[in-house]
Amino acid sequence: MSTTEDASGGATPAGATHDWVAVQDSADFKELRRRLRTFVFPMAGLFLAWYLLYVLLADYAHGFMSQKVVGNINVGLILGLLQFVSTFAITTLYVRHANKNLDPRAEAIREELEGGQA
Amino acid sequence: MTNNNALLNIAIFGIFVVATLFVVIRASRNTKTAADYLAAGRAFTGPQNGIAIAGDYLSAASFLGIAGAIAVNGYDGFLYSIGFLVAWLVALLLVAELLRNTGKYTMGDVLSFRMRQRPVRAAAATSTMAVSFFYLLAQMAGAGGLVALLLGITGKGGQAVVIAVVGALMIAYVLIGGMKGTTWVQIIKAVLLIVGAGIMTLWVLGKYGLNLSGLLGAAVENAPKAGEKLLGPGLQYGKTATSQLDFLSLALALVLGTAGLPHILMRFYTVPTAKEARRSVVWAIWLIGLFYLFTLVLGYGAAALVGPDKILGAPGKANSAAPLLAEALGGPLLLGLIAAVAFATILAVVAGLTITASASFAHDIYANIIKKGEAEDKSNEVKVARITAIVIGIVSILGGIAANGQNIAFLVALAFAVAASANLPTILYSLFWKRFNTSGALWSIYGGLSVTIALIVLSPAVSGNANAMFPKADFDVFPLSNPGIVSIPVAFFLGWLGTVLSKEDNKAKYAEMEVRALTGVGAEKAISH
Repeated sequence: MSTTEDASGGATPAGATHDWVAVQDSADFKELRRRLRTFVFPMAGLFLAWYLLYVLLADYAHGFMSQKVVGNINVGLILGLLQFVSTFAITTLYVRHANKNLDPRAEAIREELEGGQA
Repeated sequence: MTNNNALLNIAIFGIFVVATLFVVIRASRNTKTAADYLAAGRAFTGPQNGIAIAGDYLSAASFLGIAGAIAVNGYDGFLYSIGFLVAWLVALLLVAELLRNTGKYTMGDVLSFRMRQRPVRAAAATSTMAVSFFYLLAQMAGAGGLVALLLGITGKGGQAVVIAVVGALMIAYVLIGGMKGTTWVQIIKAVLLIVGAGIMTLWVLGKYGLNLSGLLGAAVENAPKAGEKLLGPGLQYGKTATSQLDFLSLALALVLGTAGLPHILMRFYTVPTAKEARRSVVWAIWLIGLFYLFTLVLGYGAAALVGPDKILGAPGKANSAAPLLAEALGGPLLLGLIAAVAFATILAVVAGLTITASASFAHDIYANIIKKGEAEDKSNEVKVARITAIVIGIVSILGGIAANGQNIAFLVALAFAVAASANLPTILYSLFWKRFNTSGALWSIYGGLSVTIALIVLSPAVSGNANAMFPKADFDVFPLSNPGIVSIPVAFFLGWLGTVLSKEDNKAKYAEMEVRALTGVGAEKAISH
């Protein structure tokens, strides 16, 4: 039970009899998880905090948000549009991170588990 | 509005129905197994599914509701757009891919992965149906209001007939097309809606020399009551400390609700891999973001070109801002086109909700609880899903007739509050917390669901004032009309408490789930025909 080999040794359907705990403890998997979590958790915290800041300003700082910047365009509208910009930006950053740092690692582990027994 | 316009509107809508039914019938020819019927054979590409997600998500509340809210309440209506969009980051970063890798059709699949199947599936199916029901009510109520405006049917009886027709069409789509047909309806509708809104946006901006500031100025001039306040926050929610808290509560429900909406979660199963699920969310985010930028212009455009007073005086009230703007821009023909798009929107969203709720009943309750997994992927599961779709259709027709006249963006916000409280805590705990167990899942689903519904029943939205559902009754003990700020933390807390109070702790199963979720080992594959 010390390896990720299929315990039954036969060509069972993928996922039926792996030693999942061993896979979970493997260095490769831990690295994949670390790379996922160190990106998504801080990023989720960041965008939620930024969204909350925006909501609180819109809720309690009416004067500040109503200040005009250019013509009739005020601070509130600009901050609101910046929420759109940050959402698009985080989406793009995540896709880049996933393609570069997550997908190859996930694929390697998957191939080892699914292809290793063929 | 004259009867000629009503005929024109009906004709344009009729063309849409015939065209989509044709597509649905063609798409359904290869539907054989439960994976075909409930997950479209997992064969849609990321971009296709992304467009369909946009179609599922951009409901009548997004189009009619937000445009109306901005036209009447100005900046405060903009919060809906921002909350509805930012919420997608929760789905993208934390939920979509992991969910795709660990389930088959429903939220119940993910939860039951490492917990006791039967109680957890029953709970998941219950909350899925509750969220779908609230959401369906909103769409059906929207259909009533829209019809009032377009066909000049002001009697409640006549509107009830139209709601019943919408319900019957939705049942037809779902029965014939299953997930594949429904997905194509979403795709067609999303394209029509985004293109339609885009054309109107350019038209409005064109009238003001592509100058947003000029448009805003014109909106202020045409809104004598609100004046400059239309451009800043606080017009609707800034009046008292309670209403400010309500704004915060709404904001929380919006941003945390999306990733718990069952009809959105189910869309992640229609693609072959987690990577495609990611691509579909990325497409959805760009399309949805673009659309909400349009609604900002449409809302202020409706204020500038139609005026808040005329909008509130029209049948359908705030919900009629976008159609009235279309009429002001392009006369009866554009009104007819935009109205048909709005109808299509309602029809597509109710079809998506219906298939989700019926899938949850057929897969979680029938196949896995009643038949204990033996009926898996057999024709019975599909048969039960079809029967459930008919039942849900009838119930939502009746509910829609009862909810006719309610504000639809508001009703949808309630559905988001239920999703954020009953579903999201359980999904996040299940995906990320090793210790989470059956007891925690049950506490958080049933607890979150009951707290949310109880607070809604006791809120001023249901009783105690002239705009409430039951204006004559008076039991509004809870001061906020959106319960999110209380119910979401309570549901997270209950999930934690239920977990630590139970000894059940299945580390091996969690190991399997985590490995599968992150790597996609053994995930459900696409079916090729």
